[in-house]
Amino acid sequence: MSLLDLKLKVNGKEYRVKVRPHKRLLDVLRDDLHLTGTKEGCGIGECGACTVIMDGRAVNSCLVLAASAEGKEIYTIEGLEQDGKLHPLQEAFMRHNALQCGFCTPGMIMSAKALLDKNPHPTREEIKEAISGNLCRCTGYRQIIEAIEEVSESASKGARE
Amino acid sequence: MGVVSRPVPRVDAYEKVTGRAKFAADLYFPGMLYGKVLRSPHAHARIVKIDVSRAREVPGVHCVLTAADLPAARSWFTYLFLAEDEVRYTGDAVAMVAAEDPDAAEEALKAIEVVYEPLPGVFTIEEALEPGALQVQDYAPGNIVRNSHWPVRRGNVEEGFARSDVIIEREYRTPFIEHAYIEPEATVAVPDPVDGSVTVYGSVQNPYMTRRYVAAALGTALGKVRIIQQTLGGSFGGKEEVMGLMCGRAAVMAVKTGRPVKMVNTREESFVESAKRHPFRLRYKIGATREGRIMAFEAELVDEGGAYNSQAQFMNWRACVHSAGCYEIPNVKVDVYAVHTNNVYGGAMRGYSSPQVIFGQESLMDELAEALGMDPVELRRKNALRFGSVTITGQKLDDQPVNVLAVMERVLEEADYFNRREEYTRQREKGGPRRRGIGMAVSYRGCGLGAETADATGGLVSVQEDGSVIIRSGLTDNGQGLSTSHAQIVAEELGIPLSKVVYQRVDTSTMPDGGMTVASRGTYTGGRAMLLAARKVKEIIFRGAAELLSCRPEELASSDGLIFCSSDPSKKVSFEEAVRHCLFRGETLTQLGWVVPPELPWDRPTGQGKAFPTYMYSCVVAEVEVDTETGQVEVLRVTAGHDVGRAINPALAAGQIYGGIVMGMGMALMEEVELHKGVILNPNFDSYTIPTSLDMPEMKPLLLESEDPVGPFHAKSLGEPAMECVAAAIVNAVAHATGRRVRSLPANLEKVLLGKTLARS
Repeated sequence: MSLLDLKLKVNGKEYRVKVRPHKRLLDVLRDDLHLTGTKEGCGIGECGACTVIMDGRAVNSCLVLAASAEGKEIYTIEGLEQDGKLHPLQEAFMRHNALQCGFCTPGMIMSAKALLDKNPHPTREEIKEAISGNLCRCTGYRQIIEAIEEVSESASKGARE
Repeated sequence: MGVVSRPVPRVDAYEKVTGRAKFAADLYFPGMLYGKVLRSPHAHARIVKIDVSRAREVPGVHCVLTAADLPAARSWFTYLFLAEDEVRYTGDAVAMVAAEDPDAAEEALKAIEVVYEPLPGVFTIEEALEPGALQVQDYAPGNIVRNSHWPVRRGNVEEGFARSDVIIEREYRTPFIEHAYIEPEATVAVPDPVDGSVTVYGSVQNPYMTRRYVAAALGTALGKVRIIQQTLGGSFGGKEEVMGLMCGRAAVMAVKTGRPVKMVNTREESFVESAKRHPFRLRYKIGATREGRIMAFEAELVDEGGAYNSQAQFMNWRACVHSAGCYEIPNVKVDVYAVHTNNVYGGAMRGYSSPQVIFGQESLMDELAEALGMDPVELRRKNALRFGSVTITGQKLDDQPVNVLAVMERVLEEADYFNRREEYTRQREKGGPRRRGIGMAVSYRGCGLGAETADATGGLVSVQEDGSVIIRSGLTDNGQGLSTSHAQIVAEELGIPLSKVVYQRVDTSTMPDGGMTVASRGTYTGGRAMLLAARKVKEIIFRGAAELLSCRPEELASSDGLIFCSSDPSKKVSFEEAVRHCLFRGETLTQLGWVVPPELPWDRPTGQGKAFPTYMYSCVVAEVEVDTETGQVEVLRVTAGHDVGRAINPALAAGQIYGGIVMGMGMALMEEVELHKGVILNPNFDSYTIPTSLDMPEMKPLLLESEDPVGPFHAKSLGEPAMECVAAAIVNAVAHATGRRVRSLPANLEKVLLGKTLARS
């Protein structure tokens, strides 16, 4: 099988990989770049564990062909921590016990980030809507929503000051 | 208290929010191969022929194995690594391959030729019990799962019914339910060419059980198999048998090829081969006096075990103990047993049998109240267990607080139950398409394993020369937060900051087998072992500190990394200095705490005995709105109160309650593994739906504390109680809203609207 020579931009870094044409973005992130924070839970775009941000939108990387991700800005959970400093969402998830097993957590945080990047002051309903494609079996969602709300509240405080 | 009872962040939070945590599928080893399994398309068939010759030719393939190539085809229990001549359900595997990459492995599977002769099967409890029914397993005459029958005999039910004014008989049903942990099963088996041992990293809930499977598969000694639990992406009782089989297969292929072998299930494979919550058929006859005193209770509870089963004999014991709920009933006759079918097998799932049994029995209480013309709460008040009551198994509850009524009244008040009940009843009488209802359920649950089996386990505390502390348990953190609660218990006892405690995941070669992480025993039993180990090292350290401070060890206390004289806190020494003093003297600060609870007497033929040392009590109130034109049920509000003894970490405890409510809601309204002739029709999340953030109700958790005499810092169990009476409360609320009772879960659109299912099977 012939291999495609792809240039991908992930977390601000350029990568060159040779992959089979049918490989999904999820496969390349995990198997080739070893960015294993992005998880596979269902393979059909229903659980959201593989959520990454592509050109500002939260997408299921199991539904994106790697080849079609060329030339796009891709962010994964590994790209959130900057110079040893956690993203406010990561800190809020820790503070609010917004995780248990942690398998859905990276995808959940990426969906929340995509929401807050576009809409820094979402309502509770908008938050629920934004993470409705991210299944969590442990937490019952409540502490996750509280964590996201806290970050959006501090964002709104920042805007007022 | 310094560290215990505080909502400190989880010790594994950082690694999980950054994506650094390594789940089993995240591991990559040099030279690693990918393993895949070929499963049967038939629920029951004879294997006529398997030809793997073409599969062996596929480029990149290193091994293709059938049952004939294995040291043992059968596990230490009865599950099959690979089927030899007969498949008994669609999860049975017939061949496996390991290849350089997943594509080659897939291609090899397609090249395997299998000829089957399909056979008739049994697919329901009724079919399994029919006289002359096809027998699923040779060793299970009449399709009754071995050792699964647990009776309870107390008083005389005939007399009890004779003295009853009102008698009702009802039947309820629950379906197969999928655990739906978000992480599909995964493992990597790494062979050691030097000593022939194998190290298996996996998403395992019970590493010691997994080790039995792997040793059986390899035909090797337990000591040559090392199981290391990776960060586990949820389990809820599910990653037991399926992981034993997967790890056993991977280990065999790893030894065969001399290379690490990784296996990861797709979601569909996970649905097909992993255990499910046992479906139950719950038949009852209950009688009460006009005043509402329950005089007799008779039940036949039958669960579907599927093709193989290693759990019904345990979970049915719990079912018999809790079959009549948290009520004092003088005359009881209960029989619980399980049957084999050619469907997927039943296993442990959060609550074990309790969520099913409570759904039946708490629905029955509401129906009895209705037949008596009595308020359902009043009926429960009249019959609830109290201090000094005797349970249906003959256990007198006079050595511990009995909090059924305390928890129930508190939750009812917090939920404004009576006002809302009245208001919704009035609204219902007015009519209209959208109707609200409020319902409740109450339960009690034996903490730990009780008389089921020895509830023994260990905890290891090892203090290092710089004052940092390594802790190890034989029990696992499945995501519930055991690592955090254990670390808190040790930090509290030693009086050191939580940051000094380092939790290490279970490695079967470094900790003695402490039994399974089940039955909500992680904190209750495992925490006690940790506390014991911490006390042992503390005693040594305090002796050393007493020498340094020229005082007696009994005068000392410790907090925040300092050991000081209680009467004169200015006399103090740092924890670290005291530790160094002890180590230089040649003391060991590595201690194993081992808990062996007293044996509990049990008489099997009558089901009489002391079932559990301690019980915890729960009450859930649910409010729903039903669209009577579509059958759609919206859960508006759930108030859940649990007598937790003490919450070691209130934030984590609340997390258990929220998660339990939402999982219970899925059981009540949406979840059912649909089967047609043994084939699962909805093996992924597009067709098997679990609650999303949009379904989540408003939730009010209440952590009610009490002085439990047994658990560490008075802590009791919570993981399973958190979900066990939710479905019952929701279904009781639906019945209040519509005036019609759903007796078969889930209460989905068609059952609420039409009173029946539209499913094909």
